[in-house]
Amino acid sequence: MTMASTNASAFAVPVATHAAVSTAGLAEKVSIRNLEFFYGDSRALKNINLALYANKTTAFIGPSGCGKSTLLRVLNRMYDLYPGQRATGEVMFDGQNLLDSGVDINLLRARIGMVFQKPTPFPMSIYENIAFGIRLYERLPRAEVDARVESALRRAALWDEVKDKLDASGLGLSGGQQQRLCIARTVAVKPEVILFDEPCSALDPISTAKIEELIDELKQDYTIVIVTHNMQQAARVSDFTTFMYLGELVEFDVTEKIFTAPTDSRTQAYITGRFG
Amino acid sequence: MADSRRNTLYAARRLRNTVATSLAYGATAFGLGWLVLILGVLLLHGFGGLSLSVFTENTPPPGSAGGLLNAIAGSIVMTVLAVVIGTPIGILAGTYLAEYGRHDKLASIVRFINDILLSAPSIVIGLFIYEVMVAPMGHFSGYAGAVALAVIVIPVVVRTTEDMLRLVPDTLREAAASIGLPRSHMIVRIAYRAARAGIVTGILLAIARISGETAPLLFTALNNQFWSLNMNAPMPSLPVVIFQFALSPYEEWQSLAWTGALLITVTVLALSIFARTLTARK
Repeated sequence: MTMASTNASAFAVPVATHAAVSTAGLAEKVSIRNLEFFYGDSRALKNINLALYANKTTAFIGPSGCGKSTLLRVLNRMYDLYPGQRATGEVMFDGQNLLDSGVDINLLRARIGMVFQKPTPFPMSIYENIAFGIRLYERLPRAEVDARVESALRRAALWDEVKDKLDASGLGLSGGQQQRLCIARTVAVKPEVILFDEPCSALDPISTAKIEELIDELKQDYTIVIVTHNMQQAARVSDFTTFMYLGELVEFDVTEKIFTAPTDSRTQAYITGRFG
Repeated sequence: MADSRRNTLYAARRLRNTVATSLAYGATAFGLGWLVLILGVLLLHGFGGLSLSVFTENTPPPGSAGGLLNAIAGSIVMTVLAVVIGTPIGILAGTYLAEYGRHDKLASIVRFINDILLSAPSIVIGLFIYEVMVAPMGHFSGYAGAVALAVIVIPVVVRTTEDMLRLVPDTLREAAASIGLPRSHMIVRIAYRAARAGIVTGILLAIARISGETAPLLFTALNNQFWSLNMNAPMPSLPVVIFQFALSPYEEWQSLAWTGALLITVTVLALSIFARTLTARK
């Protein structure tokens, strides 16, 4: 299944420590097969085959322009917003190819949530930022919405900071708080998969640490995918790591193995800082 | 040697800087000067005629005293109707340009035509409405006046709505889509909300623009010496009354024309300031 397992190991580093984490026995939440992606005529993803495992965190790393964000945006079909962008192949999610034209995109996005690079709170109160998404798909009495808002904010480790100013504008929060508000907003819709697109690149180190801690907790309930430029971050938060280069999936493996004993020489060159 | 050359270069640059700065200040003073003169003359001539009767009495026959009540009422009624007609059309068209038509050829055509409409001479708009409304109906009317004003409102609102929606970052649209919000909801609940201050400002500026328009009303609403809120009949308005009274030989009429001009200017000024505070608060 994985590309790494099909290649003979080129490095003599012992891999015994990785026995604890492996893909054996894990449920595939999303299965990507023969995925190709095009911006107009330019081919941005080439024959991607990859599995995303349930309740695990998978990191996409690689140099700028390698296609990692593109791959992430295929998973909730965000690219559909823009004409001229198209994907071919299969992305199986719950027995359905989510690239099929018959898929209801809005329902799909409610199940596969996304957190962006820059915090994107809606221009409304903190409470409304969360309640808005809940009310989209559920008619609930006010008390229940209140409870859901609170639990989402607790989930995002933001409740204690905002519980006294739920009616204040979400735009008045700090960058790190805004990002956690966005995570709460995503969680409140009850997705199954959460996609993080460089969620910490606009944040200070303390906020970054908080978000990373959150991601670690969230994987108990959700399948997590994170795109990051920061290799330490990938090493810290993910169970599996995918190295991409020039639109190709070069290597997929257990995170520890990618960072200690990568199979492909390009992966090794990237993680040791020789390019990218 | 090198030092003296550097000093010469520097002195020349300073001189050029001084000249350019003086020119900029001069141009500003020249432009503002005329504005101050206009406002000064308006205040000088208009303020004297300002009294309660201006707001309580209708336009007088030549040679007697009176007010501007019917003209003020007519202006308000036609302006309100013009905004009611023009704003929804303008906002919808602006929304199409900014949200749905971004990559359409049609959008660039609509935008081009809108820009032409934006700068179309208002007298042409008046003549157009005369042809399509006044002539078939057989008489001048407040409706025709309001429609002519609406035609002026539309391009202003289209432009500001599109510009303001374009200022809403795409990441916010993607964020809305990412929780499963359909596009139409995204526009109404997120994009409009983010652009609200700007869109309202555009509407206010459109009101300011039409409150002084005379030419489109001359051929459509015409004028009315008496109190009338019947939109199916000729209707008085401040700009047309000013036009008529200012050209008359009667002193009372001329004085009322000055007062009317002052009223319009103050209204437009107040609207502009209000619009500015709206955007500033954002």
